[in-house]
Amino acid sequence: MKNVQRKISLNKTTKSNFVTYGIVIAAFVIMEILMAAGMVSSLLKGLLVPICVYVIMAISLNLTVGVLGELSLGHAGFMSVGAFSGAVVSMMLQSVIPDAIPRLLISLVVGAIFAAIVGVLVGIPVLRLNGDYLAIVTLAFGEIIKSLITNMYIGLDENGLHFSMIKQKFELAEGGKMLIDGPIGLSGMRKVDSFAIGIVLILLCLMIIFHLVNSKSGRAIMALRDNRIAAESVGINVTKYKMMGFVISAAMAGAAGALFASNYSALQASKFDFNTSILVLVFVVLGGLGNMRGSVIAAALLTVLPELLRAFSDYRMLAYAIVLIGIMLVTHNPAIADRLKQIKIKQYKKSADRKAAAMEKKMVRQTAKKEGK
Amino acid sequence: MATRLDTKMVPIPSAGIVPERDSGKMPVLVAAHLGITFGGLKAVDDFNISVGPTEIAGLIGPNGAGKTTVFNLLTKVYEPTHGTILINGRDTHNMSTVEVNKAGIARTFQNIRLFNNLTVEENVKLGLHNSINYTTLEGVLRMPRYWKAEKEAHERALELLSIFDMQDLADYKAGNLPYGAQRRLEIVRALATNPKLLLLDEPAAGMNPSETSELMDNIIKIRDTFQIAVLLIEHDMNLVMGICEGIAVLNYGKIIAKGTAEEIQNNPAVIEAYLGKKKEG
Repeated sequence: MKNVQRKISLNKTTKSNFVTYGIVIAAFVIMEILMAAGMVSSLLKGLLVPICVYVIMAISLNLTVGVLGELSLGHAGFMSVGAFSGAVVSMMLQSVIPDAIPRLLISLVVGAIFAAIVGVLVGIPVLRLNGDYLAIVTLAFGEIIKSLITNMYIGLDENGLHFSMIKQKFELAEGGKMLIDGPIGLSGMRKVDSFAIGIVLILLCLMIIFHLVNSKSGRAIMALRDNRIAAESVGINVTKYKMMGFVISAAMAGAAGALFASNYSALQASKFDFNTSILVLVFVVLGGLGNMRGSVIAAALLTVLPELLRAFSDYRMLAYAIVLIGIMLVTHNPAIADRLKQIKIKQYKKSADRKAAAMEKKMVRQTAKKEGK
Repeated sequence: MATRLDTKMVPIPSAGIVPERDSGKMPVLVAAHLGITFGGLKAVDDFNISVGPTEIAGLIGPNGAGKTTVFNLLTKVYEPTHGTILINGRDTHNMSTVEVNKAGIARTFQNIRLFNNLTVEENVKLGLHNSINYTTLEGVLRMPRYWKAEKEAHERALELLSIFDMQDLADYKAGNLPYGAQRRLEIVRALATNPKLLLLDEPAAGMNPSETSELMDNIIKIRDTFQIAVLLIEHDMNLVMGICEGIAVLNYGKIIAKGTAEEIQNNPAVIEAYLGKKKEG
């Protein structure tokens, strides 16, 4: 009996994970069918890759905020690092690998690695802090990364790679190519149709997170969130697991950034500002802390929403805010949650009553039969 | 009700007393001249104790005497300002809480500290953390070692939970358990780290008399099956006098008496610390 119970509960987690994978795959299939049927507006088509990007951003931030339990306000910084490192490598390889898809895959890996390295560097000082302090430092990190890349000049010519933080000192030989041109950012990139790759990347990130959470390391990360002192007392290395959660999250954001860059022909660092970090945080909070499926759905819906609200023109962001507040009220309101619970209990009671009544009838019938005999 | 133990306590050369059966063996814990000052306040001063490898020892004292601070010193939540701590003869100087746990001390907390959002089984598995053998990558890629180690951990967790007959609660969230069960789960989690010395901080707090007597039996059972030492802080004198072999009494950060239950009960300094001085005349 005990074993049966356990199996059911184990299946519950796995089942729930597969439902999440299923939602992503179903969304992909539906979009592909609609596109083949020509029923998708060009506006929505242009949004497909950003949706993938924001979904990955949301689930990776959910790893930091929901699973590790640390509020990070600089997630767009890692995205930025991934976008620019990935795009630069992709442009450098343009002559070597003419095919766009393998180059994109390489740029995703490079973006993830660079973001992970920056994650480690930022993590060393930042993870000594907790709560609000950590939030403030990550916020500063996001701004610093933005300023750094806005003032960065990287170019490629026959002498190799050139790098400078001062425009006046930056010279390229004849025929050289500018890769990152300070505030102008990246330009002249070739756009890649990367919707399918984006979906695969979402599934990969989901799989990593689900598998991590159900393993020894993921448990340790969640233990830190719940009670740091208790975690230390049972021999869990706090720094190691905090860093692990933070860096995995950063690497995913980096890959998302590289994917984002592949969708544009030009890109500026100012795109990855504080607002982007907050936007992703909104997805996470709306979807529920630690709830990956919620993050996926919230990110997809809220990326599309501003475009659907174009009818309101100037009042678009106002409507967005109202819708957001409305959703928050409905999904996070304890009064409404209680109400829903009551309805459920009532239904349960009703069905229980019905069952009891049926039982009673049966009993009556049986006794009547017996008496008849 | 657990039967009263009649253990003869003998002095050992290093410090203090241990049960006679442990006299030839190295004590699992020796604390010598242990002390910590917070600012000008001496929270613990010249604390000496030795615990035999299979001893159940008690640490009692009025509220605010510094008992939990002693536990925090032993587990290096605070770094002591004076004195030394030896675990199985190993000096714990400069060790972290994590290293002290690996050296063999596990503890529970006065104010329960469970991983509330995780299940009972996951809590125990976290106690097993350092004995589960696979890397993060193997875990993410679900390699054969992951399945094998997780299966073993699952079985071991249920086995440990069965000490307190809690295996049916394995899938409940730890935070949703009743108070007594949370206390028991904390002990199971501590035991899962495979300690040589178990520190219990008020294990019977909030328990009713029948639960307490069950706990007493269980503490003895744990000592006998795992062959480990237990050092406990408790205000319930039935429990302390019933199962503790050696008892130390702490007041204002200082040990005022050490000995067996009888010796402690008849010690005038202890009576004074708990009840105050008799008025002259």
